[in-house]
Amino acid sequence: MNPVTDLIKSLADQHGRSRHNLLPILQGVVEQEKYLSEYSMIEIARELDLPASEVYGTATFYSFLEYKKMGRYIIRICKTITCSMKGKNQVLLAIQDMLKIGVGETTPDGTFSLLQTNCLGFCHKAPAMLVNNEVFTDLTPEKVREILRMYMNKKKEGGSYDN
Amino acid sequence: MTTSYQLKRADFIFKYENDWEKILSKCISRTPQELINELISSELKGRGGAGFPTGLKWKLAAEVVDATKYVICNADEGEPGTFKDREILSMVPYKVLTGMAVCGYVIGAKEGYIYLRGEYFFLQPELNKAIREFEYYCKGINLDFTIRIFMGSGAYICGEETALFESMEGKRGEPRNKPPFPSSYGYMGKPTVINNVETLAHTYTIFKYGAKRFYDLGVQYSRGSKLFSVSGDTPKPGIYELELGMSLADFVDEFGDGDTKAVQVGGASGFLVPRKRFDETAIGFQGKLTGISLPTGGSMMLFNSSRSMFNVLDNYLEFFREESCGQCTPCRVGCQQLLMGIKAVKRGEKNAKYLDKLLRLTETMKLTAKCGLGQSVANSFSSIVENFREEMIY
Amino acid sequence: MINITINNKVIQVEEGTTIFEAAKQHGVLIPHFCYMENVHQIGSCRICVVEVEGGKTLMASCVTEVKEGMIVHTNSERVRDVRKVIYELMLSDHPKECLSCWRNQNCELQDLGNLIQISEFRYEGAKSKDIIDTSSPSIVRDSSKCILCRRCVTVCNDIQGVGLMNPHHRGFSTFIGPSEDELLGESVCTNCVQCVLVCPVGALKEKDSTAIVWEALYDKTKTIVVQTAPAVRAALGEVFGYEPGMLVTGKMASALHELGFNYVFDTNFAADLTIMEEGSEFLGRVKNAITAPGKNDVLPMITSCSPGWIKFIEHRYPDQLSNLSSCKSPHMMLGALTKTYFAEKMNIDPANIYVVSVMPCTAKKFEITRPEMFNNGLADVDAVITTRELGRMIKDAGIDFRNLPDGEFDSPLGLSSGAADIFGTTGGVMEAALRTVYELVTGRELPANNLHITPLEGLDRIKTAELKIENPLPEFSFLAEVTVKVAVTSGLLGAAELLNEIKKGTSPYHFIEIMGCPGGCISGGGQPRPVNDAIRTKRLEAIYREDEGKLLRKSHENQDIMMLYHDFLGVPLGHKSHELLHTVYTRRSKN
Repeated sequence: MNPVTDLIKSLADQHGRSRHNLLPILQGVVEQEKYLSEYSMIEIARELDLPASEVYGTATFYSFLEYKKMGRYIIRICKTITCSMKGKNQVLLAIQDMLKIGVGETTPDGTFSLLQTNCLGFCHKAPAMLVNNEVFTDLTPEKVREILRMYMNKKKEGGSYDN
Repeated sequence: MTTSYQLKRADFIFKYENDWEKILSKCISRTPQELINELISSELKGRGGAGFPTGLKWKLAAEVVDATKYVICNADEGEPGTFKDREILSMVPYKVLTGMAVCGYVIGAKEGYIYLRGEYFFLQPELNKAIREFEYYCKGINLDFTIRIFMGSGAYICGEETALFESMEGKRGEPRNKPPFPSSYGYMGKPTVINNVETLAHTYTIFKYGAKRFYDLGVQYSRGSKLFSVSGDTPKPGIYELELGMSLADFVDEFGDGDTKAVQVGGASGFLVPRKRFDETAIGFQGKLTGISLPTGGSMMLFNSSRSMFNVLDNYLEFFREESCGQCTPCRVGCQQLLMGIKAVKRGEKNAKYLDKLLRLTETMKLTAKCGLGQSVANSFSSIVENFREEMIY
Repeated sequence: MINITINNKVIQVEEGTTIFEAAKQHGVLIPHFCYMENVHQIGSCRICVVEVEGGKTLMASCVTEVKEGMIVHTNSERVRDVRKVIYELMLSDHPKECLSCWRNQNCELQDLGNLIQISEFRYEGAKSKDIIDTSSPSIVRDSSKCILCRRCVTVCNDIQGVGLMNPHHRGFSTFIGPSEDELLGESVCTNCVQCVLVCPVGALKEKDSTAIVWEALYDKTKTIVVQTAPAVRAALGEVFGYEPGMLVTGKMASALHELGFNYVFDTNFAADLTIMEEGSEFLGRVKNAITAPGKNDVLPMITSCSPGWIKFIEHRYPDQLSNLSSCKSPHMMLGALTKTYFAEKMNIDPANIYVVSVMPCTAKKFEITRPEMFNNGLADVDAVITTRELGRMIKDAGIDFRNLPDGEFDSPLGLSSGAADIFGTTGGVMEAALRTVYELVTGRELPANNLHITPLEGLDRIKTAELKIENPLPEFSFLAEVTVKVAVTSGLLGAAELLNEIKKGTSPYHFIEIMGCPGGCISGGGQPRPVNDAIRTKRLEAIYREDEGKLLRKSHENQDIMMLYHDFLGVPLGHKSHELLHTVYTRRSKN
């Protein structure tokens, strides 16, 4: 059996199988898998006895419930006004240059995905970004390169650093 | 009138208080009616931005007869330029939890939820720890009240209360028609009080020090203090607790970099005030200084003369276009065509008169959009286009 | 009662009334768009906004209830102004190729623009979507025309319980449909096409089959046979400006002859045949259940004439397929007989016969593609056109429908009873079956009001009746004192309710009639627009009038049916019947 199926079953056991349990289950799958595959959504629909189309319609409403395959570390750089004023573009260029991917893309080895996002709530420490659930603020091109190197090393060490 | 339009610092919210157990026990020894009266006389208004009187909100929900009611803390802080709620939840969570439990006691609710935006996922472990300790104490004093965190997943619109309910019910976060209002028909169709994080923290101050202490701060119609999230072109970005009713000029004196061209008050959904109107603008809910008075969720973004107001508006509109829920026509299509419109004018593909058509469009959105998001797009659009028209044109 | 003022007129309305309804009751028509009576009121398009004094914003009148003392203005300067802006916004995200759109001149968006006097397009910008999905045999979906009124969402979820049409993504990128990469033709869509009936614009339409039918009509080597379902005659008139409920059976037969069909048969003939087969099947199942329980005794038996319903059960309740009657739907039976019995009789090579069904239903377009519906490599039915499509063909051919003389159906597959007529409405199949079954069992006529079983009539979602069998004929003695319990539902939400009972083992019924569309075939997805409960009722009454106007009102008294059994089929459920008139079902995935 596909491991996602087990994950979904256990998430449903944990949260319940009513409609109002849908979001925590979707989030649980995304936390583990980084995205919701079509297979996952159909499985969730089956588990909660909902039409798959409703699960899809709900999931695609939320920016953090990705439905395309994502890398192990999802970089979300804030593009809202203050971050944008404080050098977000230079930071973004530094990331793109280092990872050789554009916004919306994933590195070929599946380590990083690069996304832009709306206000992260760190305007006083702009520019800011999330890597999975960890926040980094007051970014500069140098600082962001260092952060990415740290994640690359974590990956190399094979550590289970998935925050 | 005891109005003075000076900038006055206050220190209540982040003041370290280790007596929440005592405050909670004291509150539940009073009658719900007494607590409601205390809140009403404090004239506390919602700190999320809309400014609905908190005491009245609790009163309305208390009056509805239903065995199941809910208290929800709105921690879906998504307004650009706002970051105070996160600080409250990480620094003084007990004040918020106490406010929720007292509210539950007042209205007759046994379940509370904190709707925490997905971006603040990292707050969860600490907050959960605080909740467990808090619940343990509640149990000890026989207060039947539980609190759960419900995580959002990246949708600004879920800060709108009815959209937040929909989201918690496992659906797309699309605002409902109002009426019915949450006090009678909220989460799961049950009477619900939904308060902003900061509002709940203020109730702690009010219940501890009494309504008068709070009421004495601020000015008429805008009582108490408020957290301001200050960002942009300022030498001291950060969170500041200030009395309401200050003039924007005083604010800029304190926080500006000496070259402030305009201040965005209330985030992308608020107003852009140009320098020439700093003096006449007061920050509060109602009432006048010499000019306008702006309610705010506390977002204050400063722009100096190096900033292009076109870029600012472009950024806001892109934000709204992406964050609109997509339900009603004015907002769904309006945000997009406004964005396309200003770009076309800037590129010279359309003449400046098109801006007037777009202003008319925002006026329509203000009058007809289903919820506050679509209605408020007009605020920044018209205040930017009217004050910086020359920057919009090719 | 509540006192309010609308446009300076003081009126009284009941509490709970919306401003829109209140205004309508007192002669004020508020322009509106997404609102649809009996379907939904969600306040999403915002066209119906009005000014309520004291309000900061305007209110959507379709969702705002009146309050004591409310002062409303429906046509103030502000209201008329913003209405135009909203309309122009809708147009800014809608293609303007009206002349080549199938809904030209029959489009609610055009009507609205006309109503509110639009003379300019002030806004332009991006277009949000361009998915065109032609994968379904029944529906074409062109999302570029969709204006997100969400009526189809309400119909698909809240009325039909299929849950396929839903909003996806957010903001300007929002689109309505199955999920992004899912094609309608490969989805759980039942092809009921109730969504097409409510779509105000050209975003959802039936898959057009008129072109292939014209082609067949021009092919002189073929014998072209057409048949029409009972519900068509009760609605086709609306296409030509008749009031709903006008029966146009005779003019329809004439028009079909004029179009060039060689034979005009009546699906009703096969409806009578269905009763003979299905009635016998039912008696067999009941007999087994009573005399030899545990063996082939699957009860309740459920009717199988509605292909939308069949696809629904195949997806959603695959374990209950054995509850379905094995009878093909009537037009499939008639198609099969045309290419065998009729071909033999007329000495025509069945390969040269082309059968067209005129149906109120779009699911029939899917049904004819099912592999079970082929016999010796030949399709039982070659093409299905809907009532709307027939209307278009008649107009296209320049036939002056209103001035046609009344014509007749052709022999030998044209004669039918009143029992067959009522197949077109919810409750009709059950009533027709009971007329025959009761009489076969007891030798007496059904003891009912003019042969009508009143509790099974009307538009209620689930209707039930009981019939106690007393003094049966000796061969049916096993039924003595048995109370036969039946249920009838139309619309798939009701079907799900009854199926859940069966699944749980709590269903008390012996026999259930299920029609996929609310109201039955009279409001099938292929019927003229608009469809609402008032129009459903008128069509339903017309169907009963047709029944009552006939001398022959019971299927087993149809002489041509008797002749068919005598000359060709043998007995009901006989070998030939099984080969031509019965079918099997397919388990399908739930999502």
